[in-house]
Amino acid sequence: MSDPNEWNYAPAPEAAKQARISDRYAHFINGKWADPKEGEYFQSTNPATGEKLSEVALGTKRDVNAAVKAARNAYDNVWSGMSPRERGKYIYRIARLIQERAREFAIIETLDGGKPIRESRDIDVPLAANHFFYYAGWADKLDYAFPNRKVSSLGVAGQVIPWNFPLLMAAWKIAPALATGNTVVLKPAETTSLTAMKLAEIIADSGLPDGVVNIVTGMGETGALVVNHDDVNKVAFTGSTSVGKRIQKSIAGTDKKITLELGGKAANIILEDAAIDQAVEGIVNGIYFNQGHVCCAGSRLFVQESVYDEVLWKLKRRMDTLIVGDPLDKNTDVGAINSKEQLETIQRYLKAGVDNGAEMYQPACDLPASGNWCPPTVFTNVAQSSIIAQEEIFGPVLAVQTFRTVPEAIEKANNTPYGLSAGIWCDKGARLFQISNQLEAGVVWGNTYNQFDPTSPFGGYKESGFGREGGLHGLAAYLDM
Amino acid sequence: MKRLEVLKTYKLYIGGQFPRTESGRYYSPTGADGQSLGNICQSSRKDFRNAVVAAKGALGGWASRAAFNRSQILYRIGEMLEGRSAQFVDELIKQGSTEADARQEVEDSVDRCVYYAGWCDKYQQVFSAVNPVSSSHFNFSIYEPVGIVAAIAPEEKPLLGLLGTVLPIIVGGNSCVVLASGNSPLSAITLAEVLATSDLPGGVINILTGFREELLPFMVSHMEVNAFVASDLSAEHLKTAKEESIHNLKRIIHHKENIADCESPYPILSTQEVKTTWHPIESSISGGGKY
Repeated sequence: MSDPNEWNYAPAPEAAKQARISDRYAHFINGKWADPKEGEYFQSTNPATGEKLSEVALGTKRDVNAAVKAARNAYDNVWSGMSPRERGKYIYRIARLIQERAREFAIIETLDGGKPIRESRDIDVPLAANHFFYYAGWADKLDYAFPNRKVSSLGVAGQVIPWNFPLLMAAWKIAPALATGNTVVLKPAETTSLTAMKLAEIIADSGLPDGVVNIVTGMGETGALVVNHDDVNKVAFTGSTSVGKRIQKSIAGTDKKITLELGGKAANIILEDAAIDQAVEGIVNGIYFNQGHVCCAGSRLFVQESVYDEVLWKLKRRMDTLIVGDPLDKNTDVGAINSKEQLETIQRYLKAGVDNGAEMYQPACDLPASGNWCPPTVFTNVAQSSIIAQEEIFGPVLAVQTFRTVPEAIEKANNTPYGLSAGIWCDKGARLFQISNQLEAGVVWGNTYNQFDPTSPFGGYKESGFGREGGLHGLAAYLDM
Repeated sequence: MKRLEVLKTYKLYIGGQFPRTESGRYYSPTGADGQSLGNICQSSRKDFRNAVVAAKGALGGWASRAAFNRSQILYRIGEMLEGRSAQFVDELIKQGSTEADARQEVEDSVDRCVYYAGWCDKYQQVFSAVNPVSSSHFNFSIYEPVGIVAAIAPEEKPLLGLLGTVLPIIVGGNSCVVLASGNSPLSAITLAEVLATSDLPGGVINILTGFREELLPFMVSHMEVNAFVASDLSAEHLKTAKEESIHNLKRIIHHKENIADCESPYPILSTQEVKTTWHPIESSISGGGKY
């Protein structure tokens, strides 16, 4: 018999044929595909192979103007006057169409973004459909959401989304905007435009009136044109804190309503009485989910000293079993880094961590020869002042610190300008909720991590932004009240 | 011989104390009759920073008090105010109100305290949520204070406007530093005397007098201040507030409604954060769980 340690999983790749990707995608404006006015396109590549998948329109001022004009026209003449129930029914249709084409969407999300197919199949795509389904039902019930308040839609929403959950972020933005009676101009991230354009196909198929949702692709400059357009009434941005601050400043002289979903440096706190095996799974899920390209990633691990050795031993052993590689393989745990630029950013942080005197551990893994890859990484002996404990890395990099007492853990956890999320692992409910109360974070996961649901509000304290997305509270961002 | 009246020196209210401005500066707004209202402290950046230190010291204790206890303290403010109604009416008249308006404003102010006292232990019940997530988790969203709030009270209705601005802030467990009406600052300082005798811990509400032009940039750029509230800013001031807020992404709340005339729980929510907590629920207990 062969050595069990040599046993490997057989490859189990998802067939990519199911996915139809056009050679070229124009903008989606006023219900139609619109070639970029300046005629320029840029490439969208597969980060796991470096191969070109398609090319995408480069949005310029004239494109954005056309999109906002279409959105305004649809708002004034169709959408804002439509009965809320009918509005909701269109959104339900979109949810159903995503469910019907879920497999195709999952494959393209993985091809374009590099995330494991297991995640795009089981999390991104179903959650995106569920967001549309959830908010569809709110459209004709808004009078019950905010007691004794007359609410109305805002107008045209300009929305700029990141590359880590391309379809899901589009759903988080579009679904509540439509349910509350607004129209939309959406700018996807430049490295991950494809599922947004597939969503445009679905939107066209759904019969949604022309101009209610417009999608303009392009770089950061295109996004700036969207949020700064005079005829946009609402700005919704998910991305880095530095860009979020720039947007807040650029629209300071306007009446635009704004929500910002920004960066994070979440604390994941392991107490000595935690169920350690479960906690280790939670640590792994917290930081290596989606290659750590997650604003709420549990990137700072705080372990109580008495269980430090056990936790670290088990964590490293678990990391050794993580399968890094082909994102389309159903066994893959950690996929490709989204872009070359992001990989370089992560590598700069790895170097800084080592230079700062922290100890780096990476499991031995066979990384594919081409594409962007970073093995799961853990740093120990991390000083609070170290750059890897302070700044958002947005990669599969965990910084471990220790604590002796609960107040010390809370103080360290809150010692960051961010406040998006946190995790607590503890067997005692009384203690867990006491800690939860004291953490400055918009989402706290107790004995779990990285859970998302359309009914659950998501958003940060402090410099992680303001406003909530999801749930009843997510409606407020899109209503004049 | 007629007795000589003893005039009151109007000072600031910081951390439960009544200091003068550290800057030694003063200004002399005039009342309706053209008479000076007195030498009023022209607060400085340093006064504001001192007040933020006081607010920070008071925050933890105030935020962790039982909602019921906060409710009683706000009610107590109303009681103290009622007892000193005549003094407030006099001062409002001195600042330019008609007697009828002054009386109305003081009555409304007492009632506003009672109104917000009642919300302390109710807004959480009305606006929190238990979220029916699809997975086997208990998931709930509650409101928490945003922290330290800087505020500018409206120029008009100097008593009611100030109370309408700060009461919703402290209902939700925040502490605050508020700049009083520039032209009509007397009632704000007298209100401080009410607050000091209302069981309200020192530092929960701190009151400054002075010029908003001077203090606004410091209020909106201070890194320890989590939110800024006003209701009658000029477009230019509001722009400055939003621009300067980016250093720590301060929440800028500019009430659309005239805050003096607004009775609503929504101003309370504007200085709250929503925290959502998840915890697993054991999905099936061996046998018998399902039928």
